[in-house]
Amino acid sequence: MSNIWIVFKRELSAYFSTPIAYVFLVIFVFLAGVFSFYLGSLFERGQADLMPFFTFHPWLYLFLVPALAMRLWAEERRGGTIELLLTLPLTVTQAVLGKFLAAWAFTGIALLLTCPIWITVNYLGNPDNGVILAGYLGSLLMAGAFLAIGSCMSAATRNQVIAFIVAAVVSLMFVLSGFPLVLDFFSGWAPEVVVEAISSFSFLSHFDAIGKGVIDVRDLIYFVSLIAFWLYANTLVIESRKAN
Amino acid sequence: MERLVEIERLKKRFGPITAVNDLSFNVVRGEVLGFLGPNGAGKSTTMKMITGFLAADHGRVRIAGIDLSDDPVAVKRRVGYLPEGAPLYGDMTPAGFLDFVAELRGFRGADKSRKVAAAVDRTHLRSVLHQRSETLSKGFKRRVGLAQAILHDPEVLVLDEPTDGLDPNQKHEVRSLIRTMAPRKAIILSTHILEEVHAVCTRALIIAGGNVVADGTPAELEARSRRHNSVVLVIRGQEQEARRKALRSLPGVCAVEVLGSASDTVRYQVYPNEGSQVLAPVSRLAHDQSWDVLELYTERGRLDEVFRDITVEKMAMT
Repeated sequence: MSNIWIVFKRELSAYFSTPIAYVFLVIFVFLAGVFSFYLGSLFERGQADLMPFFTFHPWLYLFLVPALAMRLWAEERRGGTIELLLTLPLTVTQAVLGKFLAAWAFTGIALLLTCPIWITVNYLGNPDNGVILAGYLGSLLMAGAFLAIGSCMSAATRNQVIAFIVAAVVSLMFVLSGFPLVLDFFSGWAPEVVVEAISSFSFLSHFDAIGKGVIDVRDLIYFVSLIAFWLYANTLVIESRKAN
Repeated sequence: MERLVEIERLKKRFGPITAVNDLSFNVVRGEVLGFLGPNGAGKSTTMKMITGFLAADHGRVRIAGIDLSDDPVAVKRRVGYLPEGAPLYGDMTPAGFLDFVAELRGFRGADKSRKVAAAVDRTHLRSVLHQRSETLSKGFKRRVGLAQAILHDPEVLVLDEPTDGLDPNQKHEVRSLIRTMAPRKAIILSTHILEEVHAVCTRALIIAGGNVVADGTPAELEARSRRHNSVVLVIRGQEQEARRKALRSLPGVCAVEVLGSASDTVRYQVYPNEGSQVLAPVSRLAHDQSWDVLELYTERGRLDEVFRDITVEKMAMT
């Protein structure tokens, strides 16, 4: 446990010791605002909730989270520090968890910085803050799933650009599998079970449910097990290809 | 003698390439083992397997009696490792980095500060402690790597080219650091610099093609040299041929080579027969003939020649 914490601290402070952190935070908060006010018409809808804000999170995460995750392991490989890290007395699982949790905490910080939007809605009306809290929770969980995918892809290569692109594509598949575009394609001929299964793999359907204020255990289990699966894959990738 | 490192029939393949092939050796406490070999001989791969970074395809690694595959974390606690090229986190300062390593090594509070301070002092890092690692010179980077390796005062030290990229003064410092630590530890270091083997190693292992091809003290390896016990004689004046013949006819001499002549001096190398000493006869001859001798000494042998003979032979075989 303490090893995870030590790796976590180093990793999180590494974000802030380079401009990455600040660039990321500014872009995230800026785009979150642009999406909810312009594309989501937060004001024009005349409703005191944050639906327009949360609706765009999957799309925001789709390219921002892989950018955050791409350096996690690829940089260790390129710089050779992976050899230092993995010959210190800690397990690969501890290293994977420490790094993942640091990146996740960082997205948490980014989410916290969007609180002016929440304040705005509270100032203008009387939103259901329970629903909003659920939305934040769902968003954070979804960010974790994106991150776990990104971390695993980052472990597979020493090239951060490749890590970014592959992670974004895999994430896109998870997002799109709940989209009408994909579901309509299957619903015409495939049995309903298959369509349901494909849709159940989607970030969107699970995220929407939480975003409506309904915290269903199944949705929580979905995100948690997705994170667990990709992080486990992450440790396997590192164990199997330590050398370049 | 207490065996701290036991390597048994280690094998590692990377696709079609066999990097390490059936390698076995032991290192006892107090020994400084020099790992020699041409590039690609499997030195770094072996070190990566000893430190638990790479898993061997075959064979066992035991450190202080603990099998690496049984308890990798316990083994890693007892080993200090300087990887090839001394990698560092570029965005960290040496202070932050050593603190990180000390925490993962299980030190906290005052104990941690003490360990870090001791390592910093031994590697003379004080002046760059708060500078980002990516801005450090090659020599300082290597010393940070070294500080990290010795921080927990490990029983076993594995150093991959510890003096690479250092200037002569820094090399000297690192070597004396290794010598002072040697009696309490088992140290394995790889190097390309053969003089380093003389300077610090109590034993040298030459590996080529993933195998041990020679194992012995530096003096034993030198004794394998063609020039071992040969006598070098530098004389003023010409008459090269006559003098060569005179030297050749001495008892116990098997060959005389003229190593070259500069302006008015000639350098001869006199090779003895197996087991003979020729310094006394040569010096008597020079005295009797009243040669104007500038230099006269016995060669111990040349490690680089032995190295070349052994490894080239091995490479030709494979």
